[in-house]
Amino acid sequence: MVGAALAVAAVAAAAAMIAGAVLPARSRVVWVGVCTALCATAGGAAATAVLTGSSTFQANFPNLFPLGGVRIEFDALSAIFSLATAIVAVPAAIYGIGYSAHGPSSRTVQIAWPLLVWSVMMVPAAGSVTGLIAFWELMALSSLVLVLAEHHHNVEARSAAQWYAAMTHLSLLAIVLALVVLAHQAGGDSFTAVRAGAGDLSPATASVVFLLSLVGFGAKAGVVPLHVWLPRAHPEAPSHVSAMMSGAMVALGVYGLVRVGWDLLGGGPTWWGAVVLAIGLASAMFGILHALLSSDLKRLLAYSTTENMGLVFIGVGAAGMFAPSGNRSLASVALAASMLLVINHAAFKGLLFLGAGSILSATGTRDLDRLGGLARRMPVTAATFAIGSLAIAALPPLNGFVSEWLLLQSLVHSLPSNAAVVAVAMPVAVAVVALTGGLAAATFVKAFGTTFLAMPRSVEAGQAHESPRTMQVGLVALSGVCVALALAPTALTSPLRRVSAAVGGLADGAPIRTNGVYLQLSGIQAGLSPLLLATGLAVLMIAVLAVVRRGRLHRTVRDIPAWGCGRTVQTARMEYTATSFAEPLQRVFDDVLHPEIDIDVDHHVESRHYVQAIRYRMKIRDGFEHRLYLPLLAVARRWGDGARRIQNGSIHRYLAYSLITLITVLVVSR
Amino acid sequence: MSPTGIAVAVLQVILTIAVAPLLVGMMRVIRARLEGRVGAPIRQPWRDLRKLLRKQRMVSQNTGVVFSIAPLVLLASAALVAGIVPFLSTTSALDQVGDLFAIVYLLLLGTVFLSLAGLDAGTAFGGMGSSREMTIAAIAEPTLLVAIFALSVSTGSSNLGAIVADTLANPSKAASPASMLAFSALAVVTIAETGRIPVDNPSTHLELTMIHEAMILEYSGPDLALVELAAHLRLVVFLGLLANLFFPWGIATTAQPLHLLAAAGAVTVKLIVLAAVIAAAEVFIAKVRLFRVPELLAASFVLAFLAVTVSFFLV
Amino acid sequence: MLKLLRKIVRIGRVTETVPLGAGPRPSLLLGAADPLRGSVQIRQVDAGSCNGCEAEFAAAFGPVYDVERFGVRLVASPRHADALVVTGPVTRNMAVPLLTTFEATPGPKLVIALGDCARDCGVFAGGHGVAGSVADFLPVDLEIPGCPPTPDDIVVALRRVAGR
Repeated sequence: MVGAALAVAAVAAAAAMIAGAVLPARSRVVWVGVCTALCATAGGAAATAVLTGSSTFQANFPNLFPLGGVRIEFDALSAIFSLATAIVAVPAAIYGIGYSAHGPSSRTVQIAWPLLVWSVMMVPAAGSVTGLIAFWELMALSSLVLVLAEHHHNVEARSAAQWYAAMTHLSLLAIVLALVVLAHQAGGDSFTAVRAGAGDLSPATASVVFLLSLVGFGAKAGVVPLHVWLPRAHPEAPSHVSAMMSGAMVALGVYGLVRVGWDLLGGGPTWWGAVVLAIGLASAMFGILHALLSSDLKRLLAYSTTENMGLVFIGVGAAGMFAPSGNRSLASVALAASMLLVINHAAFKGLLFLGAGSILSATGTRDLDRLGGLARRMPVTAATFAIGSLAIAALPPLNGFVSEWLLLQSLVHSLPSNAAVVAVAMPVAVAVVALTGGLAAATFVKAFGTTFLAMPRSVEAGQAHESPRTMQVGLVALSGVCVALALAPTALTSPLRRVSAAVGGLADGAPIRTNGVYLQLSGIQAGLSPLLLATGLAVLMIAVLAVVRRGRLHRTVRDIPAWGCGRTVQTARMEYTATSFAEPLQRVFDDVLHPEIDIDVDHHVESRHYVQAIRYRMKIRDGFEHRLYLPLLAVARRWGDGARRIQNGSIHRYLAYSLITLITVLVVSR
Repeated sequence: MSPTGIAVAVLQVILTIAVAPLLVGMMRVIRARLEGRVGAPIRQPWRDLRKLLRKQRMVSQNTGVVFSIAPLVLLASAALVAGIVPFLSTTSALDQVGDLFAIVYLLLLGTVFLSLAGLDAGTAFGGMGSSREMTIAAIAEPTLLVAIFALSVSTGSSNLGAIVADTLANPSKAASPASMLAFSALAVVTIAETGRIPVDNPSTHLELTMIHEAMILEYSGPDLALVELAAHLRLVVFLGLLANLFFPWGIATTAQPLHLLAAAGAVTVKLIVLAAVIAAAEVFIAKVRLFRVPELLAASFVLAFLAVTVSFFLV
Repeated sequence: MLKLLRKIVRIGRVTETVPLGAGPRPSLLLGAADPLRGSVQIRQVDAGSCNGCEAEFAAAFGPVYDVERFGVRLVASPRHADALVVTGPVTRNMAVPLLTTFEATPGPKLVIALGDCARDCGVFAGGHGVAGSVADFLPVDLEIPGCPPTPDDIVVALRRVAGR
């Protein structure tokens, strides 16, 4: 069953790539979309089969590459990530049909897109070091091509692709080093062999492997300080690709970290967890602060991906801190929170990126300060974006809240513990998760409010129209997934148990139990029923509405001008913009963000006392980029310049170099 | 989920809705008396609400669904919380449905909807109110959750029923340093979240100083009644949380009518005391500048953080 | 703080009793529904006043006259209001905002003309910036004469609206 589904996925991906290569432009987009959706559906079916059954799937292709074969091992940990991929890939592929029709429909893009979906699906399925690296690089290259898809009319895409290429290959370098050391020391290429041999590794070697994989996989997950590519590359890719990259691809960084750190290496000392936790805390805060202040919708979503990966890292790190002290059941809860967040994040971030794509194709802009009033013009996009926004802000009764709740429960119940480091780290972690939650709510009030509510702030926004049917199908499907995950997270209890059983170094047992509607945690006296919360809210809203309706004496007056303290006309220039909405919080976090603010005042020609125009510019620089990357790049450039002086194109000088080299060699080898 | 549990939950919701405007009326009377005035009668907020329900509803152009459903969501979320918080009895059916975290996020849900409604009409003051409200909500969140952390450490659960039952069983807990620190932190957050002085002035008429009021300038008639009732309800919910988490005595542990009656009396007395203290204190302090509010909340966060660490290092 | 507390205790209550006015209630408020009984929210509009009426009006809400005890309250938006209290002659620049404010007020609603200027433009009648009295623009339900009316007059009139 699992093998057949994976085979179908591979065939469908191949069919999609062939369709992308040979078909004419119009039917190309449709067939690529359909086959890609089929590929993702098959992958999702395989993942579901593994998560609901108890079996795992293994296959071996020994002579696929000159030096090694590819092994497929599909266990529960693989399956949960493949499921997240399927959740975002199926709607994104359908959405892509409508989106590409007037956008990126070139052959290159249409070949790379199914390749990306398939490789993201297969990275977690790899059961050997060679297989993992092969799929990983396939994924990196196809996504790089897709980031460059719109480079003809988008100069930003080129610099984004440069950053992405550099960072993703730095990531690959670290991963290859880590895995090669691991495979060499453990004496085998397949994960089974590595797992068996990992016990003999010295603690120092294990830690080096762990840190290298943390760098490699952390760069892919977009956590600080390796995030710099993410807010550049994700916004520049076509939106369904952004959804795939942000919703599923970055999560593979977490997969790799958990797989190598706590499955293959079998876990390590407490400080492994503490490092991951610290990175997670920094990423969550950094990501959400930049998302809050970003007025580019897709950049905002990209920064929020850094935040969410930070939250996932917090869960993994907390689990890594609890497990060594023997608190396995709490570690299981923390890991389950992370895995649930991965699934939820795939659903709502995919949804939001697809929504951003609809807005972009309807208005031609992603600048929040130029949007507005889209709720009347694009009702389906507005409704689905609203669901995504509430979900990502972790508000009940939507799915984001369930994972946030699980994460908080796992952090809060770490005390009483006998380790002082836990006693200090956990309140900080709770505070960061809480602040992140609050700021995420503010961020998405801003994103939804300035995009969809009130009056349009530009002509383009005023002339927007709802997107094509296929794009709406993608949006509605993903918001359906969000709602389903919100109301019935209880369905995931046994899959999460299988996942925690698959990660031997971290968790065991059943993190979540359920008796139908309630979620209950192992070892923690706490319950939650998202379904009943939603029912309660709905019942109360209907009751309130009924009471109000019954007592009503007057007809509602509609379409009157908004109250503006007696002013006669209301224009969009009077509205709060996204930038002004975030201004109070920007001031609160002034010391962290160091915004550069320029205010230019033009005076009237005739008198200095009259102001003609005021220009306000605010720029928030990425601190890491500014202090870490730019100096590094400057050093590299200086070396490059030095090298250029040696290599100046003059034949005479090259002859001189050859002569000097020859003489040197002769002298030395004499 | 037993029928009596459901009955207790419904009773709590109805009683808090009935009491909330009266409590606000009482706070206004206390303030008036301290200012040398007579003040409106205690039942005045109910009169205002009844009148508003009978007035015309006005919906401005440019607004949409968000503007219309925000009052419903705001009131429903506050009412749901009123059903979860153990006001009368620890046997509420909703106790297992949501814990303290669920309460915090439910209240945030209401805030988010009201902020969106503030943005919906596209007026400058509406946007200003939304922006400020979200600022305060966001930076109050860490204090709230860390204070909850402090409370749930010694009990081993974040469920309200469990925390209350634990304090009833170990009365000395109420006087522990952790508990007192958490109480002060939550008290500051209560003032910020319910829009009282010194964070916000609920009776201001000057738009530029508004936070909560600025968002609701556009609401009229029944919609305004819902928003006002929700604001009263949120105040009672926060005060009730403060009262019963730290001084749970008098609460019923069964669902017997006689016990519930006694519990209703006890919680009313506690609410009156807390509300009177806040109302009287407001006479003596001025509203602080908006950008001093984060300092206030940062201080309360330090208290909450200390509460957690104290509970670890002192126990 | 102690000083303030001592002052509160020493001074005590300063509110004076005000007689219930004898005049008729506005016709809108008669009948079974009586929508504003005991609860009147007021939005004040200065249509061009010299601010004399404002001073007296503010005094009516102060501790001595305390009209709030009769359920009358000032609000920040006409959407929240039941009655508009208009002061001053309606000047050209305020005519449109006055009408906008009236339109923004949900029904059932009252217009109260406060002071002689609001009733018949008073000493400003015929001035170049004056567009007319309040009644020229809005249906006035209640007039409070005086230049300016005393807080007592204002409280008496507002008690008639609130019916208490």
